[in-house]
Amino acid sequence: MNIPVTPQHFYTYDEFDAAFVRTRVAEFREQVQRRLSGALTEEEFRPLRLMNGLYLQLHAYMLRIAVPYGTLSSTQMRQFAHIADKWDKGYGHFTTRQNIQFNWPKLVDVPDILDALADVNMHAIQTSGNCIRNVTADHFSGVAADEIADPRPTAELIRQWSSNHPEFSFLPRKFKVAVSGAAHDRAATRVHDVGLRVVQNEVGEIGYEVLAGGGLGRTPMVGHIVREFLPKADLLPYMEALMRVYNSYGRRDNKFKARIKILVHETGLDEIREQIEAEFESLDKAAIAADPAEIARIEAQFAPPPYETLPDVSESVKKAKAANTEFARFVDINTATHKQPGYTIVTVSLKPIGGVPGDATAAQMGVLADVADKYSLSELRVSHEQNIVLPYVKKDDLFALWQELKAADLATSNASLITDIIACPGMDYCSLATVRSIPIAQAISERFADLDRQRLIGKLGIKISGCINACGHHHVAGIGILGLEKSGEESYQITLGGDPTLSASIGERLGPGLRADEVPDTIERIVGVYLAHRDLDEDFIHTYRRIGHDAFKSALVTGTPRMPAANPLDQGGGI
Amino acid sequence: MARIKHPKILTASDLTQGDVIFFTGTGWSRHHLDAKPAQTDAEIAALEAQAKADVAANRILDVQIIDVALREDGKPEPIHYRERLRTLGPSVRRDLGKQANP
Repeated sequence: MNIPVTPQHFYTYDEFDAAFVRTRVAEFREQVQRRLSGALTEEEFRPLRLMNGLYLQLHAYMLRIAVPYGTLSSTQMRQFAHIADKWDKGYGHFTTRQNIQFNWPKLVDVPDILDALADVNMHAIQTSGNCIRNVTADHFSGVAADEIADPRPTAELIRQWSSNHPEFSFLPRKFKVAVSGAAHDRAATRVHDVGLRVVQNEVGEIGYEVLAGGGLGRTPMVGHIVREFLPKADLLPYMEALMRVYNSYGRRDNKFKARIKILVHETGLDEIREQIEAEFESLDKAAIAADPAEIARIEAQFAPPPYETLPDVSESVKKAKAANTEFARFVDINTATHKQPGYTIVTVSLKPIGGVPGDATAAQMGVLADVADKYSLSELRVSHEQNIVLPYVKKDDLFALWQELKAADLATSNASLITDIIACPGMDYCSLATVRSIPIAQAISERFADLDRQRLIGKLGIKISGCINACGHHHVAGIGILGLEKSGEESYQITLGGDPTLSASIGERLGPGLRADEVPDTIERIVGVYLAHRDLDEDFIHTYRRIGHDAFKSALVTGTPRMPAANPLDQGGGI
Repeated sequence: MARIKHPKILTASDLTQGDVIFFTGTGWSRHHLDAKPAQTDAEIAALEAQAKADVAANRILDVQIIDVALREDGKPEPIHYRERLRTLGPSVRRDLGKQANP
């Protein structure tokens, strides 16, 4: 029985969507029964369970649930809490793909979990397998002050087009699409298989800049522009053409060379562009393009909410900030400029000092649902940085919201600072990982716990992956950490200079691998070099690019444990 | 009978629950200390045959035969840190996994 959906400002399932998901749950329930009865072998069942987001990990099964373009309602968040309590171990893990993972489901319970998800218009379809995965988007979509257009109607259109697409369900390899509609790229579009940026042409028409061939993993590459301006109406025919080229020519002989980035690299940008355009021209575009009425129906569901007319400056926030430095810090660090006067965007950090990045308990998920109902029009977002965003908060409500978040240990003021660390689950959970990543994140977080010091350092992304697959996005971190096994021990390589934004770059290795206990000291020295050289307000990546990679090599002194400075700011070298 | 470099034990995941389990010689246990080490090629072959039979019987999946060291009391401890983690649970959540209910 579907739980009634409260009025929301993003896509709501229609009867077709709901029936499709229910049918898939029933189908998977039968497949599980057949597996348990022995009618299906594991070899036969594995691709079926993966198509429904069910993995087998190091300690247990793991269920990955899609949060389309990272947008969800309080009802859906509350259902996650319910699932965590009833069928898992009381918590969930928000991922770098804006999804949520449960780490301990039992195979026999998964059909019931999927039914509970269908009750709130959710599923786990296409969160695994060689298909078009859950489409990600800017977590500030629809509310960011720098936005040209909300990218989520585009992401929703691609979700509908790609769900169970018969031609693209068995691609050479997985395929990830990200969409951004703002001047600043918060969706890492340049390191996805396809990145779509909403742009305006010289006559003011809205369309897309299409990037292809980006990706991380063992062969990180920055994507290339394959179409500078794609008219909006041509989106699906062009995507169809691009996918056909990839599906036809992408390598299937070698899993590690099967992503589109390798095809673009080996074929050459001009040639691949010509192939896509030739395929595009050959298609019956009208037959593939979305019906304008359907596009209008989708767009209408993302219409802005009925905002109140408010002054942009909140006197109550000013007073509360003056009276409470902790609150003032939260406002300064964890809020972003909203397009509507009097409103703000709040980032709820899932990175408490020493905590597990991206984890939230069922109780915290319940609190997040409650505060979304009270203060954010019942809507939340999951960011690829593994945090939660409340997109519609009135500035006048900030103090009350902060108090409720603080009571639930959800008010850490570190958004985008050095302890806002992205980390994959690593070998603590993942069967592919070669080392652990979470303990490294915890150690760095504790080392830089002092909030004033974090503020002094400023925005600095640390990202950690527990293996070469790079789920922790370490390649595009200012400071990246890649864990690898070395002679039977856990070892960590540092990279510097990665950037996931429009000025995307892949980080460069600093030197040989480090022991786990050497990592926090080394990060400390890297930060010391940065602070010693930065110009006023210059962020890490700009200092890095200005002074060069070699300037940081002195930070890498292995095998010599170093005591932390009595006054951490002494590391700054005169700041 | 040929000796091998390291004794080995048979481990897998339970099909219905997903739990990490270990072959005891007569059945399956959640605890690695119950596992029966194989110390010869013939004993390893027996583990392989057992694994094949239990996969076919839809009891287990993700079968692995792993290297262990034997403690003074003869009980096996995995050599590689990955396998040691599998006997315990997440190192960042000591309240979860086998370590929570030793």
